[in-house]
Order: sequence, then structure tokens, then C-alpha cells
Amino acid sequence: MKKLLALLLVLALVMSSLAGCGKADDSTGPDASGDAELTVGFIYIGPKTDGGFSEAQDRGRQAMVDHFDGRVKTLEMENVPEEKQAVESAAINMIDQGASVIIGTSYGYMDTLEALADQYEDVIFLHFSGNKMNDTNFGNYFGAMEEPRYLAGIVAGMMTETNKIGYVAAFPYTELLIGINAFTLGAKSVNPDAEVLVVYTNAWVDAANEKAAAEALLAKGCDVLEQHCDTTGPQIAAEAAGAYAIGYNMDSREAAPGAFLTAPIWHHEAFYIETVQNILDGTWEPESYYGTMADGYVGLAEMSDLVPDEVKDAVSEAEAKIMAGEFPIFVGPIKDNQGNIVVPEGTTLDRAGIWSMNYLVEGAKGAIE
Amino acid sequence: MIKITKRAELPKTQEALINAAAIIFSIVCAGLVILILGYNPIKIFHQIIVGALGTEMRIQQTIIKAIPLLITSLGIAIAFKMKFWNIGGEGQIMMGAFGASLVALNIPSTVPSVIALPAMAGAAIIFGGLWAFIPAFFKAKMGTNETIFTLMMNYISIKWVTYLQYGPWKDPVSQGFPKIANFEANAILPSLFGVHIGWIIALVLVVIVYIFMNHTKKGFEIAVVGQSLETARYAGMNINAVIITAMLVSGGLCGLAGMIQASAIERTLTRALSGGYGFTAIITTWLGRLSPPIIMFVCFAFAILIQGGAYLQIALLVPAAVADMIQGVILFFVLGSEFFLMYKVGFERKSAKKEVA
Repeated sequence: MKKLLALLLVLALVMSSLAGCGKADDSTGPDASGDAELTVGFIYIGPKTDGGFSEAQDRGRQAMVDHFDGRVKTLEMENVPEEKQAVESAAINMIDQGASVIIGTSYGYMDTLEALADQYEDVIFLHFSGNKMNDTNFGNYFGAMEEPRYLAGIVAGMMTETNKIGYVAAFPYTELLIGINAFTLGAKSVNPDAEVLVVYTNAWVDAANEKAAAEALLAKGCDVLEQHCDTTGPQIAAEAAGAYAIGYNMDSREAAPGAFLTAPIWHHEAFYIETVQNILDGTWEPESYYGTMADGYVGLAEMSDLVPDEVKDAVSEAEAKIMAGEFPIFVGPIKDNQGNIVVPEGTTLDRAGIWSMNYLVEGAKGAIE
Repeated sequence: MIKITKRAELPKTQEALINAAAIIFSIVCAGLVILILGYNPIKIFHQIIVGALGTEMRIQQTIIKAIPLLITSLGIAIAFKMKFWNIGGEGQIMMGAFGASLVALNIPSTVPSVIALPAMAGAAIIFGGLWAFIPAFFKAKMGTNETIFTLMMNYISIKWVTYLQYGPWKDPVSQGFPKIANFEANAILPSLFGVHIGWIIALVLVVIVYIFMNHTKKGFEIAVVGQSLETARYAGMNINAVIITAMLVSGGLCGLAGMIQASAIERTLTRALSGGYGFTAIITTWLGRLSPPIIMFVCFAFAILIQGGAYLQIALLVPAAVADMIQGVILFFVLGSEFFLMYKVGFERKSAKKEVA
């Protein structure tokens, strides 16, 4: 008799489904792609209202949808961890609902997307920040974030009074080391005494831990914070402590208006619009896109009123050179923080050189293992 | 004023009525909350079913989610039959996955799958079993509280895998990103009908566990120990041996679920591999009344909620929390109905009150 319980549970669910069937379908229904020519699925690591990484991605998505004015429909899934079970479930559900392009926006999705690209040959997979691709349906994209990071470093280097700048980073992984190093070089270019203290949170998105890490840095005497993590936690912590904060990913000045100086940001729409156009035209081919400031893919958010004019001028000067392509970021001689020469004099790191970084430069303090 | 008394045995019809009421209440209540959130509840329930069973791909996804839930539930059922509250499924899954990974990451890629996979499964069962053995041993020898003990063991195992992922097992070619190397092809479970063969393993285990619990001496002993320690002692059973054997089997099954997730799904070990299945399985085991065939249906129903929830999130932009909430509401009412099955609630008469005064 107790079996009834389980049967009822199932029955009740089935009955409610039948009840639904009886009703006239009052929506477009998830299976109907409407008039859209193309359905694109976006997978986010965090909530799309995180005030940072995923929100920047979602703004890019929205701008792309607006641009194509009904020709492109998007599906989204938030809070998808980097475990394969989660990524696969999200992607397959999107394909099932008509997506023919899947965009995975977190580094840890890479292997799963690679395997899915083999399995679903008719679907295009695009991966943000990864380095894997194939010849048919799997490409990746990222940007020269080292450029705006360097500029943000100039701001921090000139604004700090204690000469201690805090940096909340997710993992000691190459992508983040590049950012920390570019930022440190920028800060030291205007303030040779500045040092950058790095703390890792070991997660891309963790508002509470990001804030706690920021508080630890503030307690050590840092008076300007920068971050490479997804939420506005460090900016809020900086504002509470009366310090300055530089954001990341998007212009998040409303989160901590009393602390926000600027932020190195992504303009994802630049890539999404162009790429989706190519897909619509049938001219898309797998590529490893690397957008620069000059391309309009990365940039520095407008500096707030807290930033004095002399700082703005210094930034504009460097920015102009970067935009003109006359200012590579990693130019030798560069020493790591152990004192070894890692980029010899007369050498400039190209993209491949930048992406094999496994050290922190002189002036940046933190573990890399 | 309100009087609560323990019930004698309930007539079957009344029991069914209470159960049915619980289900209806839970659906009505879940519907109300959905309504408050601004969605049409009938449409949401409908879409959950459509999203879980509407196409072949969705059914496959539902089954993929039911497999670890079912195997873990079977393991937990054996412990629960003995009234040993094994809350450690999550940790036993993790240690099983760790055992499987220990084999998968250390054998040459030339070893054929027919050897590699059973070796991984064996290691998983041993590690999962040993992880459950520790609280069982302390319970048998020192009378420790197994609920707290098994719960704590979850966190130790998750932290252990986290340590490996961020430390010694970090893939050297990952440029500092904390991930463990992927398994070679020989360590990956094959598929049949679009779903990895974990589904066959799960179905076979339903039969085996059913027979074990109902038609073997050990199964009978487990049930007796669960019913009454006095009876078991009087019958001359070695209670400690029964507890330890049952927990080895219970943890071993959870460990096997971990191996299947590591091999077929993640293709490596990760700190979030257990995915909450160890906790959800406690609910499904309880709702399944510790009976393997019923547990199978309940696990499938919960997998429908999980996959339906994933579908909803994409199709209707409903937060994933809505599906979790429906699960919670159903659980609340079904567990609440247990109370009414065991106790009678009535209003005390005025006269009775006077007597007391």
C-alpha cells in the first residue's frame, strides 16, 4: 500500500501535465523558435546580474540580439559550474531547444565543449578564454586585456598613497597572471615604489570570499584594489574602508560610487555581432579571435570624478599609443618577482609569449602555485 | 487544547488517504509559490514534464540524472533498513570517485577497458565502503552518533578532493588552472542507446539489492537489527558484524555511483563531482520506503524534476531555484504526513480539561 505514495507522486506530476495540455498554449512555447533564423545558447558561470563577468557577457548578448532585430534568438543558462555534468546538460538542453550555436563563457568549460563539438557536428561551439579549437565547428575568442589592465595600473600607481595596491584574483592561472603582470607594469611605470599584493579566492564567482579577500588586503594597508574575479565584492569592501577600487569586466560604478575609479572592461558585442553575422551569412570558420583595444573589444571604462586630471592625462597618453599600435605591454627587460630576467632586453612578447606566462613580475607579491 | 496521541495501526485506506492528501497539498502549495513568483503554475508543472520527457534527448538527460541518484539511494537504503542513518552518501560518492581516479590516472592507456573499468569499479567500491566503515566501526565499538559522523565525513572527503585538485593532482599542462587530468579512453564507460551503461548497472543493482534485502540471511539480519537490537541479540546475531557489513555494502554502492560519475560524466575527478546526489538520495530513499523497486520510481520522478528544472531555466527563464523549491515543498508535505500516520491529533474536550484542573 505504501507503494501508492511513489505512484501518486508520479501520477500527480503526470496529471498536472495533462491539465496543462488541456489549456490552450498561451505562449510562443519553448520549442517554437519563432521567426528567428538562428538560435544561440549562452552558458554563464555566474548569475547574469553579478555586476561583473557574466553581466558583461549578457550585455554583449543583449546588444547582439538588439542588433539583429528578431533574426537571432538567444537561450541563456546562469550559474553553470565548470563540472562536465552541468555544462553538458546545459548545452544539450539548448541544442534540444533549437540552438545551433553554443557559446560557453568560462575557461573550465573547454574540454566539455571540445567533446560536444565532436558529438554535435552541426552545432557551432564558441569558447571564451580557451585555447582549443577544431577545423569545422569549434572556435575560441578572447582579448588583449593586458592593454586596459596596464592603463588601470597607471591609475592605481598614481592614486595609491601607501604604495600598496591589492589585487583579488581567482586562480594563479596564466590568464590571471597576464592581467596581474600588465597591471603591475602599468603601476610601476608611474610609481616605481608601488607593489601589488595578490590574494587568490580559488573560485571565479564567490561574492563573499571576494569581499573577504579584499578586506584582508585592506587590512594590510592597501588603499587601491583591483580584481580578477566576477563580482563587485572587492569594490564594496573598498568603499566601506574608504579606499579606492578598480573594477573588472564592466562599468560597475553604481555598486560602489564612493570607491570606483575605472575598470578594464569587455565589449563582447563587438565579437558577437561580427561572428553571428558571419554565421548568418554562412561565411563563418573556426578562429582563435584576440580582440584588442583598437578593435574595440577591450577597453577602459570612463574614469570617475575621483580620478584627478593629471592621472586622466597620463592614461590618455598611454592609451593613444596603445590604440595606435605603438605600445606593446610586455617589453624586455622584465624581471620576475624572484629577480630572474624573464623577458630579455630587446624582446617583445607576442601573443604566444604572453600566453605562456607562468610567473609574476617584480613588484607583484603572491604565490603562483 | 490540542491533543496528540500515538496511533495504533492505521487502516490501509486511511493511510493512502493521508498520503494522497500530502501529495495534493504539496502540489497546491508549490503552485501557490509559483503563482506568487509570477508564473502560471499549471504551465510550469506541464513544462517540467515536457522538459523531462518530451523528446528522446530529454529522456536521455533525465535518465543520466536518475542513475547516480538511484545507485546512491540503493546504498543508503541498506543502511536505513538497519536504522543506521547514513547521511554520508555524498562523501562516499567522492571517495569512490577518488578510488576510481587513483586507478584511471595511474594505469597505462594501453590497458584494455575490460580490465580498467572493473578495476576502477573495484577500487571505488573499496574506497566508498571504507569511508562508510569508519563511522560504522565507531558506532559498533563506541556507540558514536552515526548521523553526525557520516555527515562530517562528507566534508573531509570533499576537502580531500579539493586539495588534490588544487595541489598534487593538478594537471601540469593546465597552466595553473586547478583541474585534474582527463581520463584516457580506456577509463570511460561505454554507452548504449545514447546513455552510458550506468543505467544497466543501476537496473541490475535494483534487482540484486532487492534480493539481498528480502531473500538473504544477511539482509534478514540487517532488518532485524533495524527493528530491535534486543531481538537481534536474543537471536544470537553478531550485531557489530552486521552493522559493519551493511555499511561496507552501503558505502560501496555509493562509491560505485562515484566511479560512474567520474568515468562516464566528468571523465576526471572534480571537487563538485558528487553534485548533491548524496543528499538528494536521502530524500528519495526515504520516500521510496527503503524498497528498491519503489526507490527506482521515486528516483526517476526526482530526475524528472531535476531535468525539468534545467529545461525550465532555459525555456522560460525560470530560476533554477523554482524546481528546487518544488522538491522542497513535496518533501515537506510527504515527511509531514509521516507525523499524521503515526500520531492522532484531536481537540481535547472541555470536560477533560476540567479534570486536569
